[in-house]
Amino acid sequence: MPEGSRQRMRINFRKLYSFICFRPIYEPGHAQIGQKGYSRVVYCNDPDHLEAVKLNYRGNYVSTTKYSAANFIPKSLFEQFRRVANIYFLVVACVSFSPLAPYSSLSILAPLIVVIGATMAKEGVEDWRRRKQDIEANNRKVKVYGCNNTFCETNWKKVRVGDIVKVCKDEYFPADLVLLSSSHEGGVCYVETMNLDGETNLKLKHALDVTSHLHDEKFFEEFRAVIKCEDPNEKLYSFIGTLSYDGKEYPLSIQQLLLRGSKLKNTEYVFGCAIFTGHDTKVMQNATHPPSKRSKIEKKMDKIIYLLFSTLVLIAFVGSLFFGIETKKDFSDGKLRRWYLRPDDTTVFYDPKRPSLSAFFHFLTALMLYGYLIPISLYISIEIVKVLQSIFINQDQHMYDEETDKPARARTSNLNEELGQVDIILSDKTGTLTCNSMEFVKCSIAGTAYGRGMTEVERAVTRRRGDAVPESVDGVQGLEGDAVDSGKSVRGFNFRDERIMNGQWVKRCDSKIIQKFFQVLAICHTAIPEENEQSGEIMYEAESPDEAAFLIAAKEIGFKCKRVTQTSISLCELDTENGKMEDRDYERLQVLEFNTSRKRMSVIVRNKEKKLLLLSKGADSVMFGRLSKDGRSFESQTKDHIKKYAEAGLRIMVIAYRELDEEEYKSWEKEFSKAKTSVTAERDELAEKVADKIERNLTLLGATAVEDKLQKGVPECIDTLAQAGIGLWVLTGDKMETAINIGYACSLLREDMKQIVITLDSPDIAASENQGDREAKASLESIRKQIGEGMSQINSTKESDIMYGLIIDGKSLEFSLKKDIDKSFFELATKCNTVICCRSSPKQKALVTRLVKRETGNTTLAIGDGANDVGMLQEADIGVGISGVEGMQAVMASDFAIAQFRFLERLLLVHGHWCYRRIAMMICYFFYKNIAFGFTLFWFEAHASFSGQPAYNDWYMSFYNVFFTSLPVIALGVFDQDVSAPLCVKYPFLYLEGVENILFSWPRILGWMFNGFLTSIIIFSLTTKSMIKQAFRRDGQVVDYEVLGVTMYTCVVWAVNCQMAISINYFTWIHHFFIWGSIAFWYKFLVIYGYLPPEMSTTAYRAFVEECAPSVLYWLVTLLVVICTLLPYFSFRAFQTRFYPMYHDRIQRKQYEGLEAENSDELPRQVRKKRHLRKTLMQRNS
Amino acid sequence: MPPTSSTSKKSIHHLPISAQYLSVLCSGIAEMDNRSAPTVERSDPPTRKPLWRSQAINKFTQQNLPACKPVLTPTWVILTFLLIGTIFIPIGLVCLHASRSVVEIVDRYDIDCVPEQFKSNKLGYIKDSSYPKNCSRTLKVNRHMKAPIYIYYQLDNYYQNHRRYVKSRSNQQLLHGLGSNKTSLCKPEQSNNGLPIVPCGLVAWSLFNDTYKFIRGKSELNVNRKNIAWKSDRDHKFGKHVYPFNFQNGTLIGGGKLNSSVPLSDQEDLIVWMRTAALPSFRKLYGRIEENLHANDVIVVNLMNNYNTYSFGGKKKLVLSTSSWLGGKNDFPGFAYIFVGSYCIVIAIVFMLLHVKNSRNTHVGYN
Repeated sequence: MPEGSRQRMRINFRKLYSFICFRPIYEPGHAQIGQKGYSRVVYCNDPDHLEAVKLNYRGNYVSTTKYSAANFIPKSLFEQFRRVANIYFLVVACVSFSPLAPYSSLSILAPLIVVIGATMAKEGVEDWRRRKQDIEANNRKVKVYGCNNTFCETNWKKVRVGDIVKVCKDEYFPADLVLLSSSHEGGVCYVETMNLDGETNLKLKHALDVTSHLHDEKFFEEFRAVIKCEDPNEKLYSFIGTLSYDGKEYPLSIQQLLLRGSKLKNTEYVFGCAIFTGHDTKVMQNATHPPSKRSKIEKKMDKIIYLLFSTLVLIAFVGSLFFGIETKKDFSDGKLRRWYLRPDDTTVFYDPKRPSLSAFFHFLTALMLYGYLIPISLYISIEIVKVLQSIFINQDQHMYDEETDKPARARTSNLNEELGQVDIILSDKTGTLTCNSMEFVKCSIAGTAYGRGMTEVERAVTRRRGDAVPESVDGVQGLEGDAVDSGKSVRGFNFRDERIMNGQWVKRCDSKIIQKFFQVLAICHTAIPEENEQSGEIMYEAESPDEAAFLIAAKEIGFKCKRVTQTSISLCELDTENGKMEDRDYERLQVLEFNTSRKRMSVIVRNKEKKLLLLSKGADSVMFGRLSKDGRSFESQTKDHIKKYAEAGLRIMVIAYRELDEEEYKSWEKEFSKAKTSVTAERDELAEKVADKIERNLTLLGATAVEDKLQKGVPECIDTLAQAGIGLWVLTGDKMETAINIGYACSLLREDMKQIVITLDSPDIAASENQGDREAKASLESIRKQIGEGMSQINSTKESDIMYGLIIDGKSLEFSLKKDIDKSFFELATKCNTVICCRSSPKQKALVTRLVKRETGNTTLAIGDGANDVGMLQEADIGVGISGVEGMQAVMASDFAIAQFRFLERLLLVHGHWCYRRIAMMICYFFYKNIAFGFTLFWFEAHASFSGQPAYNDWYMSFYNVFFTSLPVIALGVFDQDVSAPLCVKYPFLYLEGVENILFSWPRILGWMFNGFLTSIIIFSLTTKSMIKQAFRRDGQVVDYEVLGVTMYTCVVWAVNCQMAISINYFTWIHHFFIWGSIAFWYKFLVIYGYLPPEMSTTAYRAFVEECAPSVLYWLVTLLVVICTLLPYFSFRAFQTRFYPMYHDRIQRKQYEGLEAENSDELPRQVRKKRHLRKTLMQRNS
Repeated sequence: MPPTSSTSKKSIHHLPISAQYLSVLCSGIAEMDNRSAPTVERSDPPTRKPLWRSQAINKFTQQNLPACKPVLTPTWVILTFLLIGTIFIPIGLVCLHASRSVVEIVDRYDIDCVPEQFKSNKLGYIKDSSYPKNCSRTLKVNRHMKAPIYIYYQLDNYYQNHRRYVKSRSNQQLLHGLGSNKTSLCKPEQSNNGLPIVPCGLVAWSLFNDTYKFIRGKSELNVNRKNIAWKSDRDHKFGKHVYPFNFQNGTLIGGGKLNSSVPLSDQEDLIVWMRTAALPSFRKLYGRIEENLHANDVIVVNLMNNYNTYSFGGKKKLVLSTSSWLGGKNDFPGFAYIFVGSYCIVIAIVFMLLHVKNSRNTHVGYN
């Protein structure tokens, strides 16, 4: 075939499809082939080629693991010691081998090893899971051309660059392939890229013509080609390469590239040549780790750790000061003071002649000794707890969606407690609040409105008005509303009107227009019909759900789109003349695709009568301007209807058409293909301009109204969240009217709310806009004025009961986010209960999120479902993805994934609240127990002239954090519940504990620390006062160092465990087991350890069995001390619960007294007022 | 700020959907919660084991385990405080009684036993071995003392818990004698003439060496000095075949000497001394008088004031004490118990009064 004709054929073929698919032959990048960044050379079907072997590209083995067997230990160790506290413990462990150490090095090392080992084990297990996934992926089967000149199955990991691969229907591509040919004529195929970009619609890919004839396996015996292309990169939407075949070069673009991670659809098989394998594939190059977010609590915890470090340094310093003074006094004027210490002949550590040096060394010793102030096991415990909490979130049946079979998923575990502190939710609308499943409910044809169904929004409106009888919105006196319901319901179709259904439209006087209207719906689209083989029903794979709704509507009325090929669309429709259904083919000549700037879509078809038709649908704002003079016969009625539909929260499309004559079309077509094949940068613009030329002089047919269905339980959920004091901002791309209506429907806006609307859609602005450059200034001024008005409106009303809703459109938002205005904008916005930003772009969404986070300093949660929400999700403190129909993009970027918006209620109010409470309590308790223990060491030191002698046996101490106190605190962190889940939801104001951060406020943290301090004083003073000097048993034995150590330690173990017991609210057998088990374990340990030979047990030898246990005083002192240590907290809580109850105390009381059945409403519902109060308080303070 | 009920009703009025929804939502769960709230929630009796097991797992994963949910209601608080009070006060009284039943005689002799001419140079007196160290004290028994009467010496301001001191010993050597060479911690009392000192270290070196003899009337009271150390120490920490052959032979002599023909396991003075004390003020057991002492008995103590506490200002006391089931004489535990007990009762009363007063004033209660 001569080159010229092939070229022409391609153009012919190409022009039949959209210009999105179409790319010029040579992109600017092609010139760079062979240069830096474009140096890849692939020998197709010849991976063993000498040159190919030299190039040695990576194989298709994919590993997503963090570690390998070889580097696991060093790498994970390195990760561990990036934490300050762990470094401290490592340094301590190293120094412990020197004589500075107050206790044996082994007893320091052991807990560190346990803690580090546990963390490493956790890392290892996680990595092992990833590895198993990798193995699964690497061992998937694919057919590769090779052995005996046939395709035989091999593992994915064995695919090499240059291999010819055969992929069948519904299989994933094993690597990035260049499409050579497919089962379809012309080498086209459809792919689903859901895993890459989250779009569910199918994408068309097509092979080069030179290779598209390679349908059969036998062709590949002779096939050899060389592909030169760009180096691996992460750009999913561009690809540059050339294919050398038969001595000629052909350009390759993204249209020929089948990406790993996508799936072959609607095509029997394709042949492709692997060019990027393994980690070189675009999807792997794209794999980024989600931004790691840390919760506020954890950030605050770091501060507490620093505080403790300073305390540690301080008390160590005080200790060494006294030690230095005492040591100096030991030897003066040749006189020995404490002669029994032999200060005349000593090492540097106790040298009275160099007291400052000894004091310095003592300082180091003290740093090690009081290291118990820093809880070594805090991080690992928190990590364990969070992982278990995540498991609970994942397992929660109340957040499991049966329809989609999707449970909730905590994708990161380190934000669990942040869920309990959310102050503002920023929500996407489409797909999040609404289902993104469109239902065709109404239409207006030739100035007559059809459709009797009621929308959610309309129902909400009538409910709000208090009208009992739902009035028919379309003005037609309906027969009896719902009685029209004729049995079967079709998904995406909620249209009831007997006038045009069931073929009745033929009888209408304007049946010609009705016919045209539905023909446009059935033809003007880019969807692909798919026939279900069993039922014979036709499903539509459409790019947008609106389009699918149109097709279904057309089908239901009697215009079934049966088959779509590149060049034709065939409808099964009624022949108005003979009244029979018949198939009609339309030749599809051009598709002028939809995009956001055009806001319309058109197709040019030639019908059976050889008439050329341009069928068009688009947004009302662009369509009405394109109507011809005589095509506007029912413009005003249609506009009326559109307004009503918009008020009812419906999405509107205007339908129009135009007949073309051949000449006009031909000249236009020439111009159009020239524009499309131009090589300039403005190609798209040019093509748009040309397309614009033909989409004029249209004749109006009517308008469609599609309902964006609210998701289940959304209004209720929003209401509950509002009661919990959480502000909700809706960021949507919709029109203001639609957004407001959706706002009403989901009870974001209420009749009793005052609306503050900020918009640039006013005549003055429009006028000044027309004057050109003054636009920006005028708009800015207008925004400023509107914000000022809003503020004064709020400030003027003294009553705090009135609530405000702020509605702002995208354009105004853009101005509001500018530097000097954004402060006042946020001041206004935070005072309003509801904020709706309409017509906002994805970037604006992310920007708003960032500003809200920065300006208010509060915790923000972003929730969304689509790829356009990714920026917002990553920007917010917490990103929640809806794992709905719109693919995985949002979920991949999110921290939590839920299937339905309404699950947010449970995620926040139940899990968030619990997790916040648990983690906060857990951290406070951790510091409590370590301070209580650490300070007993200090008090003992003070009575041992600060010499650095620990009060306890080495091993008691090292087991403290690991065995005697760790498990109960983990049980607390995993299981504790202040009130049960149903009550959390019932009394949403409980959530304020998290928002106001009551449980982790500085007073509370310091309170716990003080409690620990107090505990240590009580333990030390009571034990010593009670037991020292006199005999502690009948046989006259006195308390020595060993007995005092055991007694004090027993008291510490009892005290901290019982403190836990009185501070938790929820006792399961697990708690009992852990708390009492820990105490029992201490005694068991003491007995066993005491029976080891004295070389090992040293001071613990028989200390319990022989010495303490037979002494009554030992037990009495334990009882006394434990009760005394518990009394401060218990008294405090008793009085607080009764006289200044916290939110959960009230609920617990109510619950306990069983009053809630009768007067459940007595508990405060006026959280909004509280919230408002809080805000004013904050302002007063600032 | 306490919310009032009027606003709450108002807000409900505006939220017909939510109120309805909530009541529907909760009515189902309320029963379950009512049942579980006060005490332990019971699960339905299991019918079959697999079902039971899956139910148990389900309860676990849904965080719905049967649990006891203690609530700090006023009744509970008051009862708890009263309970602690009623338990603690009797315990305190019993302890106090036990402590009071113990008769204790304490005599500080370190100053009085220095002859008048050395009052200004006690250190010189105690260090000079040429001066006689014997001293005689007279003790009067006020109350009847029932045998056994324990004899303690008490030292004050003596830091046996100093880290250098505590570490300066070799447990290996105490048990195995010269067989063990691990004496590095014993410095500077480590070796003498190339041989390790047995027992080495500062603790042994500073052995207390005052001795006491008790005379009632004409006859000397028999002092039993056996079994004053812990049995485990004698059996397992101090060797039966370890003899202190070169103890206190060095240039600098610290405290007491040992009979080199008696093995360490029988040197109970040493064993008692080497159990280091916890705090700088401590008593150690010296022996037992196994006869009753009667009220108004006069006991003369002939003691050898050998031990140097003058350089660091420590006190030396001789203590004679009987023992009760609680041990020696110390009123502190008893008083502490009584104090805590009465504190609890006072708190209970205060709490009760406040509670009654508060609920009368604001009937709304918990809002």
